[in-house]
Amino acid sequence: MDLIRLKNVEKKYKNGVTAIYDLSLAIEKGAFVFVIGGSGSGKSTLIKMLYREEKPTKGQVIVGGLDVAKLKNKKVYKLRRKLGIVFQDYRLLPKMTVYENVAFALECIGEKKDAIRTKVLKALEDVGLKNKVHEYPDNLSGGEQQRVAIARAIVNDPKLLLCDEPTGNLDPEKSMEIMKVLEDINKLRGTTIIMATHDKEIVNKMKKQVITLKDGHLVKYKQKGTYVE
Amino acid sequence: MKAFRMLGRSIRDAVKSVIRNFSLSLASISCITITLIIVAVAIIASLNVQNFTKEIERDMTIVVFLDNDVTEEEIKEIETKIKRIENVEHYTFYSKTDVKKQMQQESEVFKTVLENWEDSESPLKDTFQVKVKEIEIISKTAKTIEKIDKVSVVRYGEGMVDKMVKAFSAVEKITYGVVAALILVTVFLIVNTIKLTISARRKEIEIMRLVGASNITIKMPFIIEGMILGLFGSIVPIIMVIYGYFAFYRNFDGYLYSRLIQLIQPEPFVYQTSLMVIAIGIVVGMIGSASAVRRYLKV
Repeated sequence: MDLIRLKNVEKKYKNGVTAIYDLSLAIEKGAFVFVIGGSGSGKSTLIKMLYREEKPTKGQVIVGGLDVAKLKNKKVYKLRRKLGIVFQDYRLLPKMTVYENVAFALECIGEKKDAIRTKVLKALEDVGLKNKVHEYPDNLSGGEQQRVAIARAIVNDPKLLLCDEPTGNLDPEKSMEIMKVLEDINKLRGTTIIMATHDKEIVNKMKKQVITLKDGHLVKYKQKGTYVE
Repeated sequence: MKAFRMLGRSIRDAVKSVIRNFSLSLASISCITITLIIVAVAIIASLNVQNFTKEIERDMTIVVFLDNDVTEEEIKEIETKIKRIENVEHYTFYSKTDVKKQMQQESEVFKTVLENWEDSESPLKDTFQVKVKEIEIISKTAKTIEKIDKVSVVRYGEGMVDKMVKAFSAVEKITYGVVAALILVTVFLIVNTIKLTISARRKEIEIMRLVGASNITIKMPFIIEGMILGLFGSIVPIIMVIYGYFAFYRNFDGYLYSRLIQLIQPEPFVYQTSLMVIAIGIVVGMIGSASAVRRYLKV
């Protein structure tokens, strides 16, 4: 079963720049996929289209059975509840503790208080931060902050986890820690992970599926791929 | 249950944000207060005007005096003619004797003077008292009756009452204009207050969208904040309405200048007015915040 299917997708921004040309691909449930390519290759645009930050100008994007291009603004939340998103800059709320930051994602969708508690603690355990529950994000290292962000993204147990350069701000050692966490989530929770990155070493070490984009075109889609310039 | 939980969260966020942006919230609240005071005065004034206009209208009667030499048959004839006029609701006939009796009841002086008069030499006239359906065309009806044969004089409360009602309705219109302008300014201030809250919580809103909060969940705290501002803004006006109107009513003994202008009883009038004031405050707050949310919250 394919979780994601793209058919002849084109994305042209309002300023005339075309980021994606005629892209078709399918990603199956439970996969771990890297999207690689230099700056301007369209990998961020691809990720953004998957959570409908951007709409494709042409073609069809289907995520978990939802036609993203046809999704009305009012209904976007339905898609967002099916997926988790992690960014390069963590995007945590500084006035909330680690626990509150993760719980916030569930409060927003009206989860019950005791269910929130169980799920948040489980997610924080999965990313290895159970001992920092009451810290504030500013007191944590970059790697730890990113792990809080991952916990927030997976707390609702989504089918899909999108990561846009999650290791972009981290040193190689911390980056590998993050990758370890992501791999565990993929294996233990069965979450499909799509990760945009330009970190050669990570891609080569992990030996996962690789989608290579260049100037908005799909160059390669390989199982167990490596980073190709 | 879930909706209730979300509402609780929204209210908590709204209260927090009112406190956080205290100075701007206070400005909005004061503006609502001033507006609502004037609105309340306008409501009280216009309802009172309506009330005594109705009172006066109920009292307005055309009195038709007949010629002295009128015969029984002619009276019948006049009666049918009056009956046929469309605007006439009902009429009563008073003969010279009836009028005499009435006057005798009214004062001792009349009683002794009138006692000696024979019907034949009485200066009093047979009269019809006519009530009309529509007060606006009372003068037209009066003129029609005047044209009937053997009708000598027609009288109704022309002049004074007419002018008074007109003056009141002019005052009413001006008040409405002022109120509309003030409400506009208030809405504008609320829009700005909410805009500030929205920008202070921009990051939070962004994350809410990312984790799949529905639009209504995102908007609700801001709309509730507007309603809270409206609610706080109506406290002072309500106190003023209740205490003010009671004092006013007591001071004037329930009527203005003449017995003709009766004031509305304070109870339950002030409570109804207070409810109206609260409702207007909350609605104005809601309109302001809803329009701010629409403009500054692209969700």
